[in-house]
Amino acid sequence: MTTPETVSREVVVGIEQGLHARPADLVAREARKWQSRIELVAERQRADGKSILDLLTLAAESGTRLVVEATGPDAREAVEAIGGLFDRNFTEQT
Amino acid sequence: MLKLQGIAVSPGVTIGEALVLDSEGFRIPRRFVERSAVDTELERLANAVAETAREIERNRDAIRAELGEQYAAIFDAHLAMLHDERLQGELTSAVRDKNWWPEYAVSRTLRRYAKVFQSLDNHIAQRAHDIYDIEKSLLRNLLGQRRETLAAISQPVIVLAHNLTPSETANLDRRFVKGFATELGGPGSHTAIVAEGLEIPAVVGLGPFLADVSGGEPVILDGQQGVVILQPDEETIARYKLELEAARTVAAKLDTLRDLPAETLDGERIQLTGNIEFPSEAEQCLSRGCDGIGLYRTEFLYLTSRREPTEEDHFAAYSAVVQSMHGKPVVIRTLDLGADKMRTETTPEEERNPCLGLRSIRLSLRQLPMFRTQLRAILRASALGDVRVLFPLVSTIVELRQARLVLADVMEDLAEHGIAFNPKMPVGMMVETPAAVMMLDAFIKEVDFVSIGTNDLIQYTLAVDRGNKEVADLYNACDPAVLRLLSRSLDVAREAGVPANVCGQMSGSVMYTQLLLGLGLRQLSVPPSAIPEVKQACRSVSVADCREIAARALQMDSAREVKAFLRDQMRRRLSETVG
Repeated sequence: MTTPETVSREVVVGIEQGLHARPADLVAREARKWQSRIELVAERQRADGKSILDLLTLAAESGTRLVVEATGPDAREAVEAIGGLFDRNFTEQT
Repeated sequence: MLKLQGIAVSPGVTIGEALVLDSEGFRIPRRFVERSAVDTELERLANAVAETAREIERNRDAIRAELGEQYAAIFDAHLAMLHDERLQGELTSAVRDKNWWPEYAVSRTLRRYAKVFQSLDNHIAQRAHDIYDIEKSLLRNLLGQRRETLAAISQPVIVLAHNLTPSETANLDRRFVKGFATELGGPGSHTAIVAEGLEIPAVVGLGPFLADVSGGEPVILDGQQGVVILQPDEETIARYKLELEAARTVAAKLDTLRDLPAETLDGERIQLTGNIEFPSEAEQCLSRGCDGIGLYRTEFLYLTSRREPTEEDHFAAYSAVVQSMHGKPVVIRTLDLGADKMRTETTPEEERNPCLGLRSIRLSLRQLPMFRTQLRAILRASALGDVRVLFPLVSTIVELRQARLVLADVMEDLAEHGIAFNPKMPVGMMVETPAAVMMLDAFIKEVDFVSIGTNDLIQYTLAVDRGNKEVADLYNACDPAVLRLLSRSLDVAREAGVPANVCGQMSGSVMYTQLLLGLGLRQLSVPPSAIPEVKQACRSVSVADCREIAARALQMDSAREVKAFLRDQMRRRLSETVG
């Protein structure tokens, strides 16, 4: 794969307390498993998906719509995995 | 020239070069590293990150064990923040590309994140505290590594620090550290006790001053007056040099007292013993001509190492002291610490009032395995000389009986295993609460000796924390209430024929010698450095005169009056020693 592919999808923060430390940590952990550059995009801001600190600066409250954007060889899988976290509302994976 | 007033905790005057230890909470200056030192500095940073991670993990594991996974999760988040690739990248680049000092890089970078969080208008703002926590821990670890250089000092210095822990103080190299001064700290703190033990002049509680001094500048430290002078002028240096000379002359004179007994003019022999904290101090007591060790504090065994001391740790320390005393008595006091100062596995809930909380004998009776370990070692040492055991902070007869029961049980155990000890080892208690004084007629029937700890007795009687600047002036050994409690204690002990000794700071100050002898005291336990002076004081007075002084002091109704009177009496009779 020579041309890096960019894949994105929209997610909604469903957690009552918003994207706080624990879910942000889970996102960053998941993101670090993939080679692709991964960003979470809010209305006025982009955050490095692999950095808990950066993700926290999004201050995404419950109900916020975010776009997960990945660029790289495994972009599709990465977006799917991170999207899944939001879909499951960060409850324990099965 | 800048003259600072702090709290005098260890006497002596010294002039020397400043060694400034930065510390947490202190403003981190914008400093740069040499290009050639970048790799070593990055390594220092990496070590600090690793140590901080270990600290967080330890906290997490402790909280998990106590409160469960849910609460421990917050520490996982801390770890994630610390290991954040972006953050680590920023820190590395700050040191490598901008040549920032790691301390400065950490402080700048983390504070930037904290500020962003603080500006957010939701609960994430609270995460700023986490960032500050991490920053603090990283800085502590970075600076801590610099502090290791304390052990590597190779030229005479006066150490200036925000705070020194008791173990840092204990590890100061006496050959080179001529004195130390700290922003924090109070009298009676362990750091103060250690400084006195090591005979390093020290002043604590100076308040913020580190910003006004740089390393290498001359500093004068007066541990007698609690004064530190930064950038002294020539005239002041000359004056202090004269003072140093005079002090040496007095010391040489007192030195001639070594082989003379502490005997009053009218022939009353006073037992003059030393208070020690470290085995090495036994030698300092002997070389000044003491009658034994009246108080061997054992807290240091618990404070200087990360793990709980083993029976062998205890025994090695005790036997060293007992053997060096060649048959002279050694009174070993069992652990006298608050639970807040112990590194126990189960940290108790934060105590609102540690002085009135789980400490000393109360703690020992709760932590029986630890208590038994210490008692076993004391008993084993009792086979080597005249060892006596002393229980601190006894406030009820039940505690005394329980402690004696544990002791009896440990004795039985040793006997069963054929291990040598003195089955008649004398058992004593500290009298340091008003309750102990009021009930002393009951206690006295169940002990072989008592030791009056004036520091705590004053604190508990007058309800004053002397570490609290607002009320420290109420802490006064001259208070009539204290005098009456002392008088009563000594009367009860004398009537019962039980030896009594005073081991607080009061006994080490010649201002009180006449009062104490007059109240009937015949045993004084004092810091090693005070032995010659107190001996000289005993040799300069008569018991008959002392009785009169004590009787008059007991008639007075204010601390101020008592103090003025005692000071006057001291000047009258002890002018030679006091100068």
